[in-house]
Amino acid sequence: MRDFITGSTADLSVSLGDLRLKNPIMPASGTFSEDLSDVFDLDVLGAHVLKTIMHDTRAGNPTPRVCDMQSGMLNAIGIPSKGFAYFRDEMLPYWSAYRAPLVVSISAHSLDDFARLCAEVSLPGVAAIEANISCPNIEADGKAFAMRPDTTEQVMTRLRAETDLPLWAKLTPNTGEPVDVARAAQAAGADALVVANTVLGMSIDITTRTPRLGNVMGGMSGPAIKPIALRMTYQCAQACDIPVIGCGGISTLEDVLEFLIAGARAVQVGTATFQSPTTMARLVSELGAWMDTNNIRSVDEIIGTVQAPEAGVFE
Amino acid sequence: MTFTPTVLPVPAPQGLSLRCFEARCRVISNTPVNGEYRLLVLDAPAEVLDCQPGQFFQLLCPQPEGETPFLRRPMSIYGFDAAQGRLEFLYKVTGAGTRGLATLRPDDAFNVLGPLGQGFSMQDDWQHLMLVARGVGLATLAPLARMAQEKGRKLTAICSARRPELAMSVDLFESYGAEVIVVHDQNASSTPEALRPLIEARIAAGQVDAFYTCGSARLLRLLQDLGAKHGIPGEIAMEQQMACGLGMCQACVRQFRVGDRLIQRRVCREGPVFPIEEAIV
Repeated sequence: MRDFITGSTADLSVSLGDLRLKNPIMPASGTFSEDLSDVFDLDVLGAHVLKTIMHDTRAGNPTPRVCDMQSGMLNAIGIPSKGFAYFRDEMLPYWSAYRAPLVVSISAHSLDDFARLCAEVSLPGVAAIEANISCPNIEADGKAFAMRPDTTEQVMTRLRAETDLPLWAKLTPNTGEPVDVARAAQAAGADALVVANTVLGMSIDITTRTPRLGNVMGGMSGPAIKPIALRMTYQCAQACDIPVIGCGGISTLEDVLEFLIAGARAVQVGTATFQSPTTMARLVSELGAWMDTNNIRSVDEIIGTVQAPEAGVFE
Repeated sequence: MTFTPTVLPVPAPQGLSLRCFEARCRVISNTPVNGEYRLLVLDAPAEVLDCQPGQFFQLLCPQPEGETPFLRRPMSIYGFDAAQGRLEFLYKVTGAGTRGLATLRPDDAFNVLGPLGQGFSMQDDWQHLMLVARGVGLATLAPLARMAQEKGRKLTAICSARRPELAMSVDLFESYGAEVIVVHDQNASSTPEALRPLIEARIAAGQVDAFYTCGSARLLRLLQDLGAKHGIPGEIAMEQQMACGLGMCQACVRQFRVGDRLIQRRVCREGPVFPIEEAIV
């Protein structure tokens, strides 16, 4: 298929286990909705990843919910959700009209609720489930399943038992043991790792001496966190056999290529869409043009090609 | 070097038209209009000029020295003219984003996203309109004047400001045939206590079918009270801090009172224009 801007005919397809994507560009959960169809044809994307669904309806956090930062933003939206029934009856039919595979992000406060929701969303029309085990806003002090290997293995084991669909684990950078957490998710049967989520942060208005977010703390995203996400992507790709999907601060073609070279098989774009809603469409075009220019026939020729330097001896 | 403003190329869905665009506009002028406000005039592509009064754009503000605004800044439309390819914003320099806007020079390229949100309505039986607004809220209501003239409606504009010379859009309202009443803080004519009899006299004379407002909690409460008492509907353009401006991020929610229920709505998507009686400030 010819690209709409560049005319490139490069094959951008990648596989994530059994799931074949026509290109490696997809939205990050929480930064994407049907509203973006006002701006471009969403079927150019490799996949559609919805905002995290929880079983019951939720109002979300008090405002202010976002805060402008240097090279990024803080958010504490709080997963406002219209609940599972709304997803099943309204959202699933809408998204099923697209050709791009639908990835449903789910979360819950407890293992039982998480497992139940995982079974419920395993419906025809859903291509994969992304388990948001890392959102730092859900519970007090930003605690999340993916902060520790044992709780990661517990929750992913429960979810694995509830679905035959591809099951992705969305990891958090807010852990001191990212490799052990990644291995725990793999051991529990995850089909892919999404690396990573927002970095827990805070900002204070010095005039009023009040936090700039209604929730006090929130998740940092955008170009400022890209080195952290890239480092974790590299670590997880080195340590695990299952596909890694890079996520964190990606906004340019160079960012996409860095994550692919570090070992990601696909990438998610989030905050960049807020700054420039045409970003993902542009990245698909630019990747094809870059592959043409560099005579690269398959994205597989890029993935995981990072060259680690030989260690010298300091004398 | 000059250039032709264009929208950024995107894949369009077959058989459907896109609702808003990222556009690379050209700055025509960016000049102070009084001690507090500046007017930015852009040469804009036709795709972004199918606007409704009350809609807004998300502006990708340049970085002023020493500051780094990251997210776009929402700004209501002050003027638009598809025939001339003109898009205008009236703004007050208050933060990093608007300080960045103030650095724009003629012929600079400037990226805008829009038009966004739901604009003002003007129902058929709203023949005599009254707008009551303050400060930069008057800029948001300015495009209503042309719409009223085009639809053959009578318009009374009560323009409130701290000082009479800071009342925005007075000439513009008059040029579209509106009756303009300037009220200000220096002679206390802008207080709700002073405005109430002024507005009620016109209601008694059958000269108010609908209200429009923006920019003042006190004015909103006054109009809510008068509207309920006299059965007069109206619309308000509201503000909230935003990230995406399209509805995806759900940052810009506000509470609204609908009957006896509290409803959460996104200012960018379901608004920024809402029924006056449902607004909560």
